[in-house]
Amino acid sequence: MSKARDNILARLRARGVEKAPVELDRTPASPDWNREERIDRFCKAMRSVRTEVHPVSAADWPEKLAALAKEKQLRNLLYAPAGPLAEKIEATWRAHAGLPELVTREVDVDGWKEELFFDIDAAVTSTRSAIAEVGAMILWPTPEEPRTFSLVPPVHIAVVEANQLHNTFADAIAAEDWTAGMPTNALLISGPSKSADIEQTLAYGVHGPVELIVLLIE
Amino acid sequence: MQQKAEFDQRVQKALNNPQLRRNFRIAMDGLMEKRSNAFPDKVALEALRVTGANIRANALAKQLELLEQLEANCTRNGIQVHWAETIEQANRIVLDIMQRHNASRMIKGKSMVSEEMELNHFLEAQGNSCIESDLGEYIIQLDHETPSHIIAPAIHKSKQEIARLFKEKHPDIPYSEDIETMTRSARKVLRSKFYEAEVGLSGVNFAVAETGTLCLVENEGNGRMCTTVPPVHIAVTGIEKVVEKLADVPPLLKLLTGSAAGQHISTYFNMISSPRKPGERDGPTEVHLVLLDNQRSRIYADEELFDSLRCIRCGACMNHCPVYTRIGGHAYGSLIPGPIGSVIEPQKFGLENFGVLPTASTLCGACGEVCPVKIPLPKLLHRLRYEQVRSDHTGATIGQGSQRSAKEALIWKLWSWAHANPAVYRGGTRLAGLFRGIIPNKIGPWTRVRTAPKIAPKSLHQLAREEGFDNE
Repeated sequence: MSKARDNILARLRARGVEKAPVELDRTPASPDWNREERIDRFCKAMRSVRTEVHPVSAADWPEKLAALAKEKQLRNLLYAPAGPLAEKIEATWRAHAGLPELVTREVDVDGWKEELFFDIDAAVTSTRSAIAEVGAMILWPTPEEPRTFSLVPPVHIAVVEANQLHNTFADAIAAEDWTAGMPTNALLISGPSKSADIEQTLAYGVHGPVELIVLLIE
Repeated sequence: MQQKAEFDQRVQKALNNPQLRRNFRIAMDGLMEKRSNAFPDKVALEALRVTGANIRANALAKQLELLEQLEANCTRNGIQVHWAETIEQANRIVLDIMQRHNASRMIKGKSMVSEEMELNHFLEAQGNSCIESDLGEYIIQLDHETPSHIIAPAIHKSKQEIARLFKEKHPDIPYSEDIETMTRSARKVLRSKFYEAEVGLSGVNFAVAETGTLCLVENEGNGRMCTTVPPVHIAVTGIEKVVEKLADVPPLLKLLTGSAAGQHISTYFNMISSPRKPGERDGPTEVHLVLLDNQRSRIYADEELFDSLRCIRCGACMNHCPVYTRIGGHAYGSLIPGPIGSVIEPQKFGLENFGVLPTASTLCGACGEVCPVKIPLPKLLHRLRYEQVRSDHTGATIGQGSQRSAKEALIWKLWSWAHANPAVYRGGTRLAGLFRGIIPNKIGPWTRVRTAPKIAPKSLHQLAREEGFDNE
């Protein structure tokens, strides 16, 4: 082990005073919201940061996706053929003509980075769950739906299930037992990328997606 | 490093710059209002602040074991942990990693620790390029400046100034003062930088010991880019950033985003626990964590001053400081400006260099009132004023006693002697009353901006006695 490490830890050990332990109550106090309230809060919070939220059903969301893709004049749409949304997306795309090209590259991103960075218009991904209080989606990217899908293309379309809405972030961590094993990358996403670095004025579309579209399955 | 005269010069320059003062006034008013709106329930806010303070105090109380736990869990997850006592060591570690990969192009997310290390300067001197990708940091890098605020580094600039800067540095991009247009221009320019970068560097907001997880708070997506796209990710952080449990993160996140910019949550909260695993299709194949001490363990030794290590770098103390709002961040001459900077920087770089900073405060108490983790900033500013004039040399603070002046010490000795001896005190006030006519109107710097005090003909004691009070 390094000398720096030993020196730093030795200095902390030799602290002049014994630091008194602090009593911490970690039981999260969760609000008492029902399903409708959770949905309402989630939509309101997400829309307040310019996220487009569309209420959909488990049956009609692929139709909505197709309609949005057309309306936004996307040239192509990146999706995960081995992901949980694939079957329905493929079926819908087969049923309709004139939809944007479905794109997929089931190889490491390194091999098609240029295309991903400069040619892909939009990506659609699933989500793990979501947080009502602050309006954020939780993603644990997988080999099928890698991290860059929700980051690099200018438009990110995410499918969120209202049944997976937690009241708070603390609830999500506890209910899903995150401490049992964290993924490579866990993400909370609440809107399209933004910055207020110029005169404290909000501008959307910085380095992450310019648009975030949520299909909320109620 | 600075002396009082240089500081005064910078302050005068800032005060005489109406554009700068307008920029800060507008920005600080906006930030204060946003914070206030984010926490409408003051009782709930107070409870949350207590929770936040306890979480940070607990993490510091257990810092030794938590750092060991963090290292063990990160290592188990595949993150390579490095320790640096000094900024030289930390810079060296980063350079070694780059050289091992034959890398020369670094893209950076916002990191105050990398500013503390002067990493860009160091790496550029070795022939590497370091591009800042946070919009504010990118703007000041173009203009060869340092951040004037820890959350909004380019807050001292107006949109017109930024538009002119963009035109000068990127002549091919059409001139625009529209903020969204300028933001998109930066997106376009930096996109290829993310694409090309061989190493991504980021800071860390919270390092969770329990799971070995590095947490990053951001809005722009540049933090995710830096930690996801390049093949190597290096995270640099101070050793004080460790927290014990994952459950400690949600309250701190809420306090940080609410206090910093009035947000319920940032656009992204990015939690990294390992490099790319077999089968995963993106993400860096190597993740490094550099833990920097640079005097933190020394600050840690002081029973009172170690509270300053609770800081979660939200910037609320700056936004609410009447001094910071008027003079701006650069006048401080330190990396971190404002109240928390005036507490931390002298402890890191010595009171002999930054002893003037704790005096650049009115001790109005606003900073302590808004601090999300309840750092007693006014008390610590006071303590450092004492540290710089005390003569017993028993504390751990660097430059202790360096600002002590024999004249001032004598005056205070006389003052305390007079106040401890009733006869002297009475005689003194009577004399002052008698000779009030010949006390000068100009008393040094004090009367440069104030009217000299007029001494009353009779002291309060005298008046009270005349009114019949007789129980001294």
